[in-house]
Amino acid sequence: MSASSSPLGEFHAQCHICNLVMSIPTDAVRARLGCSRCGSMLHRRKPNSLMRTWALLLAAAICYVPANLYPIMQVTSFGYKQSDTILSGVIYLFLHGMWPLAFIVLVASFVVPVLKILLLLVLVYSVQNRSQWRPRARARLYRVVEVVGRWSMVDVYVVTILVALVHLGSLATVEVERGAFFFGAVVVLTLLAAQSFDPRLIWDQIENDDER
Amino acid sequence: MPLIGCQHCDGVVEEPWVPDGGSAICLRCGGTLFRRRRRTVEVTLALAMAAAILLIVANIYPFLAFELQGQTSETTLGSGVLALWEQGQYAVSALVFLTTMLAPTSQVVLLLYVLAPMHFDWPTRGAALAFRWVEKFRPWSMMEVFLIGVFVALVKLSDMAEIMPGIALWAFMLLIPTLAGALAFLDTEIVWRRIESAK
Repeated sequence: MSASSSPLGEFHAQCHICNLVMSIPTDAVRARLGCSRCGSMLHRRKPNSLMRTWALLLAAAICYVPANLYPIMQVTSFGYKQSDTILSGVIYLFLHGMWPLAFIVLVASFVVPVLKILLLLVLVYSVQNRSQWRPRARARLYRVVEVVGRWSMVDVYVVTILVALVHLGSLATVEVERGAFFFGAVVVLTLLAAQSFDPRLIWDQIENDDER
Repeated sequence: MPLIGCQHCDGVVEEPWVPDGGSAICLRCGGTLFRRRRRTVEVTLALAMAAAILLIVANIYPFLAFELQGQTSETTLGSGVLALWEQGQYAVSALVFLTTMLAPTSQVVLLLYVLAPMHFDWPTRGAALAFRWVEKFRPWSMMEVFLIGVFVALVKLSDMAEIMPGIALWAFMLLIPTLAGALAFLDTEIVWRRIESAK
Protein backbone atom coordinates (compact mmCIF):
# COMPACT_ATOMS: atom_id res chain seq x y z
CA MET A 1 0.00 0.00 0.00
CA SER A 2 1.06 3.50 -0.46
CA ALA A 3 -0.63 6.64 0.65
CA SER A 4 -1.01 9.98 -0.96
CA SER A 5 -3.30 12.90 -0.63
CA SER A 6 -4.93 13.08 -4.01
CA PRO A 7 -6.20 16.16 -5.84
CA LEU A 8 -9.69 15.10 -4.75
CA GLY A 9 -8.80 15.94 -1.15
CA GLU A 10 -9.31 12.39 0.09
CA PHE A 11 -6.84 10.01 1.62
CA HIS A 12 -5.99 7.22 -0.78
CA ALA A 13 -4.05 4.03 -0.38
CA GLN A 14 -2.89 1.70 -3.11
CA CYS A 15 -2.29 -2.06 -2.86
CA HIS A 16 1.17 -3.07 -4.10
CA ILE A 17 -0.02 -6.45 -5.31
CA CYS A 18 -3.34 -5.88 -7.12
CA ASN A 19 -3.16 -2.08 -7.54
CA LEU A 20 -6.52 -1.38 -5.97
CA VAL A 21 -6.89 2.20 -4.79
CA MET A 22 -8.80 2.44 -1.54
CA SER A 23 -10.05 5.29 0.62
CA ILE A 24 -8.74 4.92 4.14
CA PRO A 25 -9.92 6.90 7.17
CA THR A 26 -7.04 9.05 8.37
CA ASP A 27 -7.09 7.61 11.89
CA ALA A 28 -6.52 4.07 10.48
CA VAL A 29 -3.28 4.94 8.71
CA ARG A 30 -1.11 3.27 11.29
CA ALA A 31 -3.28 0.18 11.70
CA ARG A 32 -2.24 -3.10 10.04
CA LEU A 33 -4.68 -3.44 7.19
CA GLY A 34 -5.28 -5.98 4.45
CA CYS A 35 -6.27 -5.24 0.88
CA SER A 36 -10.04 -5.60 0.47
CA ARG A 37 -9.64 -7.18 -2.98
CA CYS A 38 -6.65 -9.54 -2.93
CA GLY A 39 -6.04 -9.89 0.81
CA SER A 40 -2.36 -8.86 0.77
CA MET A 41 -0.91 -7.08 3.75
CA LEU A 42 -0.84 -3.37 3.09
CA HIS A 43 2.29 -1.37 3.66
CA ARG A 44 3.16 2.14 2.58
CA ARG A 45 6.55 1.29 1.11
CA LYS A 46 8.35 -2.02 0.75
CA PRO A 47 9.59 -2.68 4.30
CA ASN A 48 13.23 -1.71 4.99
CA SER A 49 13.73 -1.28 1.27
CA LEU A 50 17.07 0.55 1.30
CA MET A 51 18.68 -1.53 4.03
CA ARG A 52 17.70 -4.80 2.38
CA THR A 53 18.85 -3.66 -1.03
CA TRP A 54 22.22 -2.54 0.36
CA ALA A 55 22.77 -5.86 2.14
CA LEU A 56 21.82 -7.96 -0.88
CA LEU A 57 23.99 -5.88 -3.22
CA LEU A 58 26.97 -6.19 -0.92
CA ALA A 59 26.52 -9.97 -0.74
CA ALA A 60 26.15 -10.16 -4.52
CA ALA A 61 29.32 -8.13 -5.09
CA ILE A 62 31.26 -10.43 -2.75
CA CYS A 63 29.98 -13.58 -4.51
CA TYR A 64 30.83 -12.13 -7.90
CA VAL A 65 34.58 -12.53 -7.21
CA PRO A 66 34.66 -16.31 -6.57
CA ALA A 67 32.01 -16.75 -9.27
CA ASN A 68 34.55 -15.61 -11.84
CA LEU A 69 37.76 -16.91 -10.28
CA TYR A 70 36.64 -20.49 -9.57
CA PRO A 71 35.93 -22.82 -12.47
CA ILE A 72 32.25 -23.53 -12.99
CA MET A 73 32.81 -27.00 -14.43
CA GLN A 74 35.40 -29.61 -15.24
CA VAL A 75 35.26 -31.58 -18.47
CA THR A 76 37.01 -34.95 -18.59
CA SER A 77 37.25 -36.54 -22.00
CA PHE A 78 39.55 -39.44 -22.92
CA GLY A 79 41.44 -38.96 -19.65
CA TYR A 80 42.12 -35.32 -20.40
CA LYS A 81 40.83 -32.86 -17.82
CA GLN A 82 39.92 -29.27 -18.45
CA SER A 83 38.42 -26.71 -16.07
CA ASP A 84 36.30 -23.88 -17.39
CA THR A 85 35.64 -20.54 -15.78
CA ILE A 86 32.96 -18.20 -17.13
CA LEU A 87 35.54 -16.21 -19.10
CA SER A 88 37.41 -19.21 -20.48
CA GLY A 89 34.05 -20.50 -21.73
CA VAL A 90 33.53 -17.22 -23.58
CA ILE A 91 37.02 -17.39 -25.07
CA TYR A 92 36.37 -20.97 -26.20
CA LEU A 93 33.21 -19.92 -28.04
CA PHE A 94 35.00 -16.97 -29.57
CA LEU A 95 37.95 -19.06 -30.82
CA HIS A 96 35.53 -21.49 -32.42
CA GLY A 97 34.04 -18.72 -34.49
CA MET A 98 30.76 -18.63 -32.56
CA TRP A 99 31.08 -14.97 -31.85
CA PRO A 100 27.35 -14.14 -31.56
CA LEU A 101 26.98 -16.76 -28.81
CA ALA A 102 30.29 -15.67 -27.26
CA PHE A 103 28.96 -12.14 -27.15
CA ILE A 104 25.64 -13.21 -25.56
CA VAL A 105 27.41 -15.21 -22.85
CA LEU A 106 29.95 -12.44 -22.22
CA VAL A 107 27.22 -9.86 -21.80
CA ALA A 108 24.84 -12.12 -19.85
CA SER A 109 27.35 -13.59 -17.41
CA PHE A 110 30.08 -11.03 -17.08
CA VAL A 111 28.69 -7.58 -17.89
CA VAL A 112 25.06 -7.82 -16.72
CA PRO A 113 25.74 -8.74 -13.06
CA VAL A 114 28.28 -5.89 -12.65
CA LEU A 115 26.01 -3.45 -14.44
CA LYS A 116 23.03 -4.53 -12.36
CA ILE A 117 24.90 -4.11 -9.07
CA LEU A 118 26.27 -0.70 -10.12
CA LEU A 119 22.92 0.63 -11.36
CA LEU A 120 21.11 -0.46 -8.20
CA LEU A 121 23.86 1.16 -6.12
CA VAL A 122 23.32 4.39 -8.02
CA LEU A 123 19.56 4.20 -7.38
CA VAL A 124 19.91 3.42 -3.68
CA TYR A 125 22.56 6.12 -3.26
CA SER A 126 20.47 8.73 -5.08
CA VAL A 127 17.43 8.03 -2.88
CA GLN A 128 19.50 8.21 0.31
CA ASN A 129 20.88 11.57 -0.75
CA ARG A 130 17.44 12.93 -1.59
CA SER A 131 18.56 13.45 -5.15
CA GLN A 132 16.36 15.60 -7.38
CA TRP A 133 18.13 14.38 -10.50
CA ARG A 134 15.82 13.26 -13.34
CA PRO A 135 13.36 10.99 -11.52
CA ARG A 136 11.85 9.76 -14.79
CA ALA A 137 15.23 8.59 -16.04
CA ARG A 138 15.93 6.81 -12.76
CA ALA A 139 12.48 5.19 -12.81
CA ARG A 140 13.21 3.87 -16.30
CA LEU A 141 16.65 2.68 -15.20
CA TYR A 142 15.02 0.60 -12.48
CA ARG A 143 12.65 -1.06 -14.96
CA VAL A 144 15.60 -1.94 -17.23
CA VAL A 145 17.48 -3.48 -14.29
CA GLU A 146 14.46 -5.63 -13.48
CA VAL A 147 14.32 -7.03 -17.01
CA VAL A 148 17.97 -7.76 -17.84
CA GLY A 149 19.07 -9.46 -14.63
CA ARG A 150 17.56 -12.86 -15.43
CA TRP A 151 19.83 -13.36 -18.45
CA SER A 152 22.79 -14.02 -16.18
CA MET A 153 21.38 -17.50 -15.57
CA VAL A 154 22.59 -18.72 -18.99
CA ASP A 155 25.82 -20.21 -17.71
CA VAL A 156 24.15 -22.06 -14.87
CA TYR A 157 21.86 -23.69 -17.44
CA VAL A 158 24.75 -24.59 -19.74
CA VAL A 159 26.42 -26.43 -16.87
CA THR A 160 23.15 -28.16 -15.98
CA ILE A 161 22.69 -29.45 -19.51
CA LEU A 162 26.29 -30.58 -19.92
CA VAL A 163 26.23 -32.40 -16.59
CA ALA A 164 23.01 -34.18 -17.49
CA LEU A 165 24.14 -35.08 -20.99
CA VAL A 166 27.80 -35.97 -20.68
CA HIS A 167 28.24 -38.86 -18.29
CA LEU A 168 29.78 -41.57 -20.41
CA GLY A 169 32.16 -43.08 -17.86
CA SER A 170 35.77 -43.03 -19.07
CA LEU A 171 34.89 -41.48 -22.43
CA ALA A 172 33.60 -38.18 -21.19
CA THR A 173 32.15 -36.70 -18.02
CA VAL A 174 31.35 -33.21 -16.84
CA GLU A 175 31.45 -32.20 -13.19
CA VAL A 176 30.09 -29.05 -11.60
CA GLU A 177 32.61 -26.94 -9.72
CA ARG A 178 32.40 -24.35 -6.97
CA GLY A 179 32.11 -21.37 -9.33
CA ALA A 180 28.61 -22.45 -10.39
CA PHE A 181 27.35 -22.13 -6.82
CA PHE A 182 28.68 -18.59 -6.44
CA PHE A 183 27.43 -17.67 -9.86
CA GLY A 184 23.90 -18.84 -9.03
CA ALA A 185 24.20 -16.91 -5.77
CA VAL A 186 25.02 -13.70 -7.66
CA VAL A 187 21.93 -14.12 -9.86
CA VAL A 188 19.59 -14.81 -6.94
CA LEU A 189 21.02 -12.04 -4.76
CA THR A 190 20.80 -9.37 -7.48
CA LEU A 191 17.27 -10.50 -8.34
CA LEU A 192 16.23 -10.18 -4.69
CA ALA A 193 18.03 -6.83 -4.46
CA ALA A 194 16.06 -5.48 -7.42
CA GLN A 195 12.82 -6.78 -5.88
CA SER A 196 13.49 -5.20 -2.50
CA PHE A 197 14.18 -1.76 -3.94
CA ASP A 198 11.02 0.35 -3.99
CA PRO A 199 10.94 2.70 -7.02
CA ARG A 200 8.35 4.87 -5.26
CA LEU A 201 11.14 6.09 -3.00
CA ILE A 202 12.59 7.96 -5.98
CA TRP A 203 9.39 10.03 -6.14
CA ASP A 204 9.12 10.57 -2.40
CA GLN A 205 12.17 12.81 -2.58
CA ILE A 206 10.95 14.99 -5.41
CA GLU A 207 9.93 18.27 -3.87
CA ASN A 208 8.47 20.08 -6.83
CA ASP A 209 6.77 17.56 -9.02
CA ASP A 210 6.38 19.86 -12.00
CA GLU A 211 10.09 20.44 -12.49
CA ARG A 212 10.99 17.04 -13.87
CA MET B 1 -14.53 6.65 -13.10
CA PRO B 2 -12.69 4.38 -10.65
CA LEU B 3 -9.28 5.48 -9.43
CA ILE B 4 -6.18 3.69 -10.55
CA GLY B 5 -2.75 3.79 -8.98
CA CYS B 6 0.68 3.68 -10.57
CA GLN B 7 2.77 0.78 -9.27
CA HIS B 8 6.00 2.55 -10.09
CA CYS B 9 5.61 6.00 -8.57
CA ASP B 10 2.41 5.94 -6.50
CA GLY B 11 0.55 8.50 -8.56
CA VAL B 12 -3.25 8.17 -8.40
CA VAL B 13 -5.35 9.04 -11.44
CA GLU B 14 -8.88 8.51 -12.63
CA GLU B 15 -8.89 5.48 -14.89
CA PRO B 16 -8.60 6.62 -18.51
CA TRP B 17 -10.47 4.91 -21.32
CA VAL B 18 -8.07 2.77 -23.32
CA PRO B 19 -8.91 0.89 -26.55
CA ASP B 20 -8.59 -2.89 -26.58
CA GLY B 21 -4.95 -3.89 -26.98
CA GLY B 22 -3.67 -0.52 -25.81
CA SER B 23 -1.81 0.49 -22.67
CA ALA B 24 -2.07 3.42 -20.30
CA ILE B 25 1.23 5.08 -19.40
CA CYS B 26 1.78 7.06 -16.21
CA LEU B 27 2.31 10.72 -17.08
CA ARG B 28 4.48 11.29 -14.05
CA CYS B 29 7.02 8.44 -14.26
CA GLY B 30 6.46 6.84 -17.67
CA GLY B 31 5.70 3.37 -16.26
CA THR B 32 2.83 1.23 -17.57
CA LEU B 33 -0.36 1.72 -15.55
CA PHE B 34 -2.22 -1.17 -17.14
CA ARG B 35 -2.69 -2.99 -20.43
CA ARG B 36 -6.26 -3.21 -21.66
CA ARG B 37 -7.13 -6.67 -22.96
CA ARG B 38 -10.89 -6.99 -23.01
CA ARG B 39 -10.89 -10.66 -23.98
CA THR B 40 -8.23 -11.49 -21.40
CA VAL B 41 -10.12 -14.34 -19.73
CA GLU B 42 -10.74 -16.24 -22.98
CA VAL B 43 -7.40 -15.58 -24.70
CA THR B 44 -5.20 -16.13 -21.66
CA LEU B 45 -7.17 -19.25 -20.75
CA ALA B 46 -6.73 -20.69 -24.26
CA LEU B 47 -2.99 -19.96 -24.28
CA ALA B 48 -2.59 -21.35 -20.76
CA MET B 49 -4.29 -24.58 -21.85
CA ALA B 50 -1.92 -24.87 -24.82
CA ALA B 51 1.00 -24.13 -22.51
CA ALA B 52 -0.12 -26.89 -20.15
CA ILE B 53 0.02 -29.48 -22.94
CA LEU B 54 3.42 -28.25 -24.12
CA LEU B 55 4.67 -28.27 -20.54
CA ILE B 56 3.80 -31.95 -20.15
CA VAL B 57 5.57 -32.83 -23.41
CA ALA B 58 8.60 -30.72 -22.49
CA ASN B 59 8.95 -32.48 -19.15
CA ILE B 60 8.37 -36.10 -20.18
CA TYR B 61 10.40 -36.42 -23.37
CA PRO B 62 14.18 -35.97 -23.70
CA PHE B 63 15.22 -32.62 -25.10
CA LEU B 64 18.69 -33.59 -26.21
CA ALA B 65 20.41 -36.85 -27.06
CA PHE B 66 24.16 -37.16 -27.16
CA GLU B 67 26.16 -39.85 -28.98
CA LEU B 68 29.85 -40.53 -28.59
CA GLN B 69 31.56 -43.63 -30.02
CA GLY B 70 28.38 -45.66 -30.05
CA GLN B 71 27.35 -44.68 -26.52
CA THR B 72 24.29 -42.50 -26.19
CA SER B 73 22.78 -40.57 -23.36
CA GLU B 74 19.60 -38.57 -23.22
CA THR B 75 18.52 -35.78 -20.98
CA THR B 76 15.15 -34.55 -19.84
CA LEU B 77 14.57 -31.35 -17.89
CA GLY B 78 14.37 -33.30 -14.66
CA SER B 79 17.53 -35.33 -15.26
CA GLY B 80 19.60 -32.15 -15.33
CA VAL B 81 18.23 -31.13 -11.96
CA LEU B 82 18.82 -34.67 -10.68
CA ALA B 83 22.41 -34.80 -11.98
CA LEU B 84 23.25 -31.55 -10.17
CA TRP B 85 21.69 -32.92 -6.99
CA GLU B 86 23.72 -36.15 -7.23
CA GLN B 87 26.94 -34.16 -7.58
CA GLY B 88 26.15 -32.46 -4.29
CA GLN B 89 25.20 -29.11 -5.84
CA TYR B 90 21.93 -28.88 -3.91
CA ALA B 91 21.55 -25.10 -4.11
CA VAL B 92 22.22 -24.90 -7.86
CA SER B 93 19.93 -27.88 -8.42
CA ALA B 94 17.13 -26.20 -6.47
CA LEU B 95 17.62 -22.95 -8.38
CA VAL B 96 17.38 -24.68 -11.77
CA PHE B 97 14.33 -26.62 -10.57
CA LEU B 98 12.63 -23.41 -9.44
CA THR B 99 13.35 -21.39 -12.57
CA THR B 100 12.74 -23.96 -15.31
CA MET B 101 10.14 -26.31 -13.80
CA LEU B 102 8.40 -25.07 -10.67
CA ALA B 103 7.84 -21.42 -11.63
CA PRO B 104 6.53 -21.95 -15.21
CA THR B 105 4.38 -24.94 -14.16
CA SER B 106 2.93 -23.01 -11.23
CA GLN B 107 2.15 -20.02 -13.44
CA VAL B 108 0.25 -22.22 -15.91
CA VAL B 109 -1.61 -24.21 -13.22
CA LEU B 110 -2.55 -21.08 -11.28
CA LEU B 111 -3.75 -19.28 -14.42
CA LEU B 112 -5.95 -22.27 -15.27
CA TYR B 113 -7.22 -22.40 -11.69
CA VAL B 114 -8.23 -18.75 -11.74
CA LEU B 115 -9.47 -18.34 -15.32
CA ALA B 116 -11.28 -21.61 -16.09
CA PRO B 117 -13.93 -21.17 -13.34
CA MET B 118 -14.25 -17.54 -14.41
CA HIS B 119 -14.99 -18.46 -18.01
CA PHE B 120 -17.25 -21.44 -17.35
CA ASP B 121 -18.97 -19.96 -14.27
CA TRP B 122 -17.84 -22.75 -12.00
CA PRO B 123 -17.82 -22.22 -8.27
CA THR B 124 -14.30 -21.62 -6.98
CA ARG B 125 -12.32 -20.88 -3.85
CA GLY B 126 -9.03 -19.14 -3.24
CA ALA B 127 -8.88 -17.37 -6.61
CA ALA B 128 -7.41 -14.22 -5.04
CA LEU B 129 -4.59 -16.14 -3.37
CA ALA B 130 -3.88 -18.11 -6.56
CA PHE B 131 -3.79 -15.00 -8.71
CA ARG B 132 -1.42 -13.23 -6.33
CA TRP B 133 1.05 -16.09 -6.81
CA VAL B 134 0.93 -15.81 -10.61
CA GLU B 135 2.67 -12.44 -10.21
CA LYS B 136 5.03 -13.69 -7.52
CA PHE B 137 6.37 -16.44 -9.76
CA ARG B 138 6.87 -14.13 -12.74
CA PRO B 139 10.49 -12.99 -12.07
CA TRP B 140 11.52 -16.60 -11.32
CA SER B 141 10.26 -18.13 -14.55
CA MET B 142 13.27 -18.20 -16.89
CA MET B 143 12.54 -20.59 -19.72
CA GLU B 144 13.72 -18.24 -22.47
CA VAL B 145 17.08 -17.93 -20.73
CA PHE B 146 17.24 -21.71 -20.45
CA LEU B 147 16.73 -22.01 -24.20
CA ILE B 148 19.79 -19.84 -24.86
CA GLY B 149 21.64 -22.11 -22.43
CA VAL B 150 20.61 -25.10 -24.56
CA PHE B 151 22.04 -23.44 -27.69
CA VAL B 152 25.33 -22.65 -25.97
CA ALA B 153 25.58 -26.24 -24.72
CA LEU B 154 24.84 -27.54 -28.24
CA VAL B 155 27.69 -25.49 -29.69
CA LYS B 156 30.12 -26.60 -27.00
CA LEU B 157 29.37 -30.26 -27.61
CA SER B 158 29.03 -30.18 -31.38
CA ASP B 159 32.68 -30.82 -32.18
CA MET B 160 32.95 -33.49 -29.50
CA ALA B 161 30.01 -35.71 -30.39
CA GLU B 162 26.77 -36.10 -32.27
CA ILE B 163 23.89 -34.13 -30.76
CA MET B 164 20.26 -34.74 -31.60
CA PRO B 165 17.46 -32.41 -30.53
CA GLY B 166 14.49 -34.23 -28.99
CA ILE B 167 10.74 -33.66 -29.01
CA ALA B 168 10.91 -31.78 -25.72
CA LEU B 169 13.20 -29.17 -27.23
CA TRP B 170 10.61 -28.33 -29.88
CA ALA B 171 7.86 -28.30 -27.26
CA PHE B 172 10.03 -25.96 -25.23
CA MET B 173 10.55 -23.60 -28.14
CA LEU B 174 6.76 -23.41 -28.60
CA LEU B 175 6.09 -23.17 -24.88
CA ILE B 176 8.12 -19.98 -24.43
CA PRO B 177 6.06 -17.76 -26.78
CA THR B 178 2.84 -19.46 -25.64
CA LEU B 179 3.36 -18.67 -21.96
CA ALA B 180 4.76 -15.23 -22.79
CA GLY B 181 1.61 -14.61 -24.88
CA ALA B 182 -0.67 -15.81 -22.07
CA LEU B 183 0.95 -13.31 -19.72
CA ALA B 184 1.00 -10.51 -22.31
CA PHE B 185 -2.75 -10.97 -22.81
CA LEU B 186 -3.39 -10.88 -19.10
CA ASP B 187 -5.30 -7.78 -18.03
CA THR B 188 -4.78 -8.01 -14.29
CA GLU B 189 -7.22 -5.21 -13.52
CA ILE B 190 -10.09 -6.99 -15.29
CA VAL B 191 -9.26 -10.30 -13.63
CA TRP B 192 -9.01 -8.72 -10.17
CA ARG B 193 -12.38 -7.02 -10.65
CA ARG B 194 -14.01 -10.29 -11.64
CA ILE B 195 -12.43 -12.06 -8.67
CA GLU B 196 -13.82 -9.36 -6.42
CA SER B 197 -17.31 -9.46 -7.91
CA ALA B 198 -17.42 -13.28 -7.62
CA LYS B 199 -16.79 -13.11 -3.87
